[in-house]
Amino acid sequence: MSADTHLPKDAAPGGTELIRFDRVTKRFGAHTVLDALDFTVSAGKHVTLIGPSGSGKTTILRLLMTLLKPDEGTIKVGDAYLTHEEKGGRLIPAGEKHIREVRKNIGMVFQQFNLFPNMKVLRNITEAPVHVLGLGKDEAEERARGLLDLVGLTAHLDKYPTQLSGGQQQRVAIARALAMRPQVLLLDEVTSALDPELVAGVLDVLRDIARTTDITMLCVTHEMSFARDISDDVLMFDAGRVIESGPPEKIFTDPEHERTREFLGAVL
Amino acid sequence: MNTWSWGYVGDILPDLLKGLGVTVEATVLGSLVSFALGLVWALALRSPSRWVTWPVGAVVEFVRNTPLLVQLFFLFFVLPSWGLTFSPLVTGVIGLGLHYSTYTAEVYRAGIDGVPAGQWEAAVALNLPRRRTWTAVILPQALRRVVPALGNYVIAMFKDTPMLAAITVGDMLFQANTIGATTFDYMEPITVVGALFIVISYPTSLLLRALERRLVR
Repeated sequence: MSADTHLPKDAAPGGTELIRFDRVTKRFGAHTVLDALDFTVSAGKHVTLIGPSGSGKTTILRLLMTLLKPDEGTIKVGDAYLTHEEKGGRLIPAGEKHIREVRKNIGMVFQQFNLFPNMKVLRNITEAPVHVLGLGKDEAEERARGLLDLVGLTAHLDKYPTQLSGGQQQRVAIARALAMRPQVLLLDEVTSALDPELVAGVLDVLRDIARTTDITMLCVTHEMSFARDISDDVLMFDAGRVIESGPPEKIFTDPEHERTREFLGAVL
Repeated sequence: MNTWSWGYVGDILPDLLKGLGVTVEATVLGSLVSFALGLVWALALRSPSRWVTWPVGAVVEFVRNTPLLVQLFFLFFVLPSWGLTFSPLVTGVIGLGLHYSTYTAEVYRAGIDGVPAGQWEAAVALNLPRRRTWTAVILPQALRRVVPALGNYVIAMFKDTPMLAAITVGDMLFQANTIGATTFDYMEPITVVGALFIVISYPTSLLLRALERRLVR
């Protein structure tokens, strides 16, 4: 709406725009969670969304994952609209087929893991590659084994999710999302449901992924030290608006906005 | 006349056991029909189209809220006049299966609702097709939850099978009634029928409770 919700286009070398929110409004009943929100994320960037609860951070991830539909505005992933499709030069609400096509670029890790309890660890990871990407069983399993190695759970591939700790389950969920080779990985408070001693293992895996891959990450977290470690950009949300953004060094040490100072003062 | 005769019991037991076989057969087949048909109703009632949910809902409510015995009579006496004639047992199995499918539909509905929203969300995030989401993610979890409740309806159906005697299916009660009609002594046959029912249904219900403890963790 006003200029202060517009982020400066990122000037990262080679960074092309991958995600664009254009005047996105989302209401739940009478409550407006996102208010004509604009923002963009460049390919390969790691962006962390911070802010008080109820400020709309998780809503952004859920809109991107098509778990919610915006009431107004458009969302673009790469060259395609996620929310709309172009027919005869006009934008119309996207159909299921179009959504599936755009959505395959996006993966998500949830706060509550959401592993499939009726499948063993290995099949949790191979299920979508086989039935969505059309990979052969052997190829999918090879990919899954590689990812389990990455998250340090090779020994557990034959177990059911309930036989694992929360931290292990979350690492499986990360592997499951990565098995689809998405361009964008959405991380929705992925350590919030974990016992404190299990948080570090999950964050280490994510740091590893952030360092060694070019996957774009959009992260909602209350782990400020993690945010500082992996983020290229931090977006401070309040009441459905981005009130401040910048590199973590700047936001965490010298925030400009009073609300950011208050928020960081309360969580750090 | 009114003293209990074990000799008489021994004489009639073979016929009653034959009736028990028919009773069990009707229960097993009726259960399978109700499991399959109930799932069809439950899935149809989730259709986004009112053209599906409204008629299916109406049929289910109608069948659930009318007596089984009336339905059996309808199937047995009215359908033949439309050119649809089945054996008494097949008619009984259809009647039991149809009637109980309206209850199992409700069981499946609860089981499907019980699958956490996060499972649907994970399926969306992995871009799983709708059909695959149902068959690989939702139904396996829902069915696991509903086994004990379905089992309870099997026992209830088992205890409803004597109604089939009214449409000449040779179940236990029919046999007992036939015996009584010739000997004019109903005490032993009817008592043995009751005993055979409890001998089967009580251990089955214990088994179900054990199964429930195993499945619902």
